[in-house]
Amino acid sequence: MGTAAATTPAAAADAGAGAIPKSRFDAIPLLLVAAVALVAWPFVGSTSTWLTLTVAGLSIGMVIFITASGLTLVFGLMDVLNFGHGTFIAIGAFIATTVFAAMSDWSASPDLVRNLIAVACAMAVAMALAGAIGWAFERVLVRPVYGQHLKQILVTMGGLIIGEEIIKMIWGPAQIPLPPPEALKGSLFFGNANVDKLRVLGVVVGAIVLVALLWALNRTKIGLLIRAGVQDVEMVESLGYRIRRLFVGVFVAGSALAGLGGCLWAMIRQIVVPQIGGEVNVLIFIVIIIGGLGSTLGCFVGALLVGLMTNYTGFLAPKAAMFSSIGLMVAILLWRPQGLYPVSSR
Amino acid sequence: MLDRLLSHDRPRSVWLAALLAVIVVGLAFTPFLVSGTKALDVAAKIVVFIVLVASFDLLLGYTGIVSFAHTMFFGIGAYGIAIASTSMGPGWAAVAVGALCALVVSGVLAFVIGLFSLRVRAIFFAMITLAVASAFLTLASQLSDLTGGEDGLTFKVPEALQPGTQYVENPVLGASIDGRLLTYYVLFVAAVVLVLAMLRIVNSPFGRVLQAIRENDFRAEAIGYRTVVYRTLSNVLSALFATLAGCLLALWLRYNGPATTLSFEIMLDVLLIVVIGGMGTIYGAVVGSVLLVLAQSYLQDLMKLASGAVANVPVLSQILSPDRWLLWLGILFVLSVYYFPTGVVGRLRSAGLRATGR
Repeated sequence: MGTAAATTPAAAADAGAGAIPKSRFDAIPLLLVAAVALVAWPFVGSTSTWLTLTVAGLSIGMVIFITASGLTLVFGLMDVLNFGHGTFIAIGAFIATTVFAAMSDWSASPDLVRNLIAVACAMAVAMALAGAIGWAFERVLVRPVYGQHLKQILVTMGGLIIGEEIIKMIWGPAQIPLPPPEALKGSLFFGNANVDKLRVLGVVVGAIVLVALLWALNRTKIGLLIRAGVQDVEMVESLGYRIRRLFVGVFVAGSALAGLGGCLWAMIRQIVVPQIGGEVNVLIFIVIIIGGLGSTLGCFVGALLVGLMTNYTGFLAPKAAMFSSIGLMVAILLWRPQGLYPVSSR
Repeated sequence: MLDRLLSHDRPRSVWLAALLAVIVVGLAFTPFLVSGTKALDVAAKIVVFIVLVASFDLLLGYTGIVSFAHTMFFGIGAYGIAIASTSMGPGWAAVAVGALCALVVSGVLAFVIGLFSLRVRAIFFAMITLAVASAFLTLASQLSDLTGGEDGLTFKVPEALQPGTQYVENPVLGASIDGRLLTYYVLFVAAVVLVLAMLRIVNSPFGRVLQAIRENDFRAEAIGYRTVVYRTLSNVLSALFATLAGCLLALWLRYNGPATTLSFEIMLDVLLIVVIGGMGTIYGAVVGSVLLVLAQSYLQDLMKLASGAVANVPVLSQILSPDRWLLWLGILFVLSVYYFPTGVVGRLRSAGLRATGR
């Protein structure tokens, strides 16, 4: 493990730093996000359109980050590649439709506070249910195949399909429209640029999740253990911590976040289809590959990059939107084969 | 002679050998044994799936990497024939050009995908192929000028293969000798040749290296084999065989659209057949394809009957409805990965070993 770590650039920087190894913060990927936004400016033309697109891209990026963060942590901690992550996203999205329908007098009232309560309820229920299903998913599907990548991929993929079919059974195969709450309809104007209110909500919730996640990972003991586990599972175990229990917790939290992300995703899209899980899955795979499997910060930067990129190309060349994120991934893998922020122990 | 044809990879079980013989003979004489177009359609689908699944087995079973883009190559093959036949008019030239172009496109694409994703970590491969395949599916339905969009392309095959062409005036043994029958035998012979070729590949020294990589890639690398090169080559080979399977399907259906070749359901079928038949045994593809395609073609009718019978019971009728076919496939898939990992062929072989006392 030690020799392998020394070959990666982050660890090499460590060694040069002196007695107390402290890795220098690598800001280039963050600058890349700004660079993508700036490069797109002249192509888009008008500043107001560019601003609209950028904010929309950032908010989509935030939502993608919320959904993808759990997946990347689960992989980093336990080397489990969960193809069934999309199930939790779909559940979050469908729960949102049900909760909104049940609280229709709250979400249809013009009062912003009542609307936000309805949204908060939808998010809470989505997170709780997605978390619970995540717990069962881990127990039934993932646990028997630890350490076997091939079977993990196959079984979790099977789980995704079963989940999608069960959703079709409960909510029907047709798409369900999800009208936004009354006060969140329409957009805000900053000069000439108009920004969807829902997207602002997405950015706000995303920022809250990001801050909470960073705080939990960097300032709490559990976060310390998780980060240590991502670096070296065996070492943490040998110090007497039950990494298995920690992992179940991370899996449940990741599923709950995916549910939250699915809820937001559905509100921004305003339409829910049973295939949503599979569709978003593809996007978040691209994101976590770009970011470096297992890295939370990388996941964040990757999500912003993909969010911005798909929005710009969606405006400039709609048919190429899907390929833009794949192209971005290819370019980044050429530059940094392990992703933007490689996890050094692997 | 037979031994050489099978590349010395015998079934190694009496029951398996008997089963394979029944399948081969059955498929060879289907047009004369059973009448009706549906039976022939099912037989042709089995033949195409055998090639498709065997080519996937090359990747999943022998090299140990999961690709979700296999239907993409299948689709490229089918679209190659369809687009060439539509734009050049029916004829053998169109078939040849279409197949060749499709092979080139598939080969290059597989090479690039393999090189990019396998260079760093094999685990990227599954995710990247999934992304590329879904992008390709979107592309195929968007480029409606070329691919016919969601509706797909209906085209004409060379005249010798058209159903209207009669070779013998009166039916022989209950089957009319027409272009359709000829097409079926073209498919059958092509499938036999392709499957034997794949058997040859997996039993060659190259195939041994693939299996070594599957068992322990670190060790294979240490012995001196460039795992990236071998994995990429395996990916390209499997893509080429899948493309040919797609060409065969297009010849049979005289139609191609996103749902027939590119859809994710077909990918799931392929995965399920490989697992049920037995990973890492080309024979598993043969047995599994027969089982699953037969089940798919006839069991769905049975499900329709069953759900009709329990139409008054709310949940049960929903579960049994033919729309929930994928649910059952998914559950079956997960269960067989857990409890039946060696598949039918693996089980028969280990039973054979026990009977002979090793």
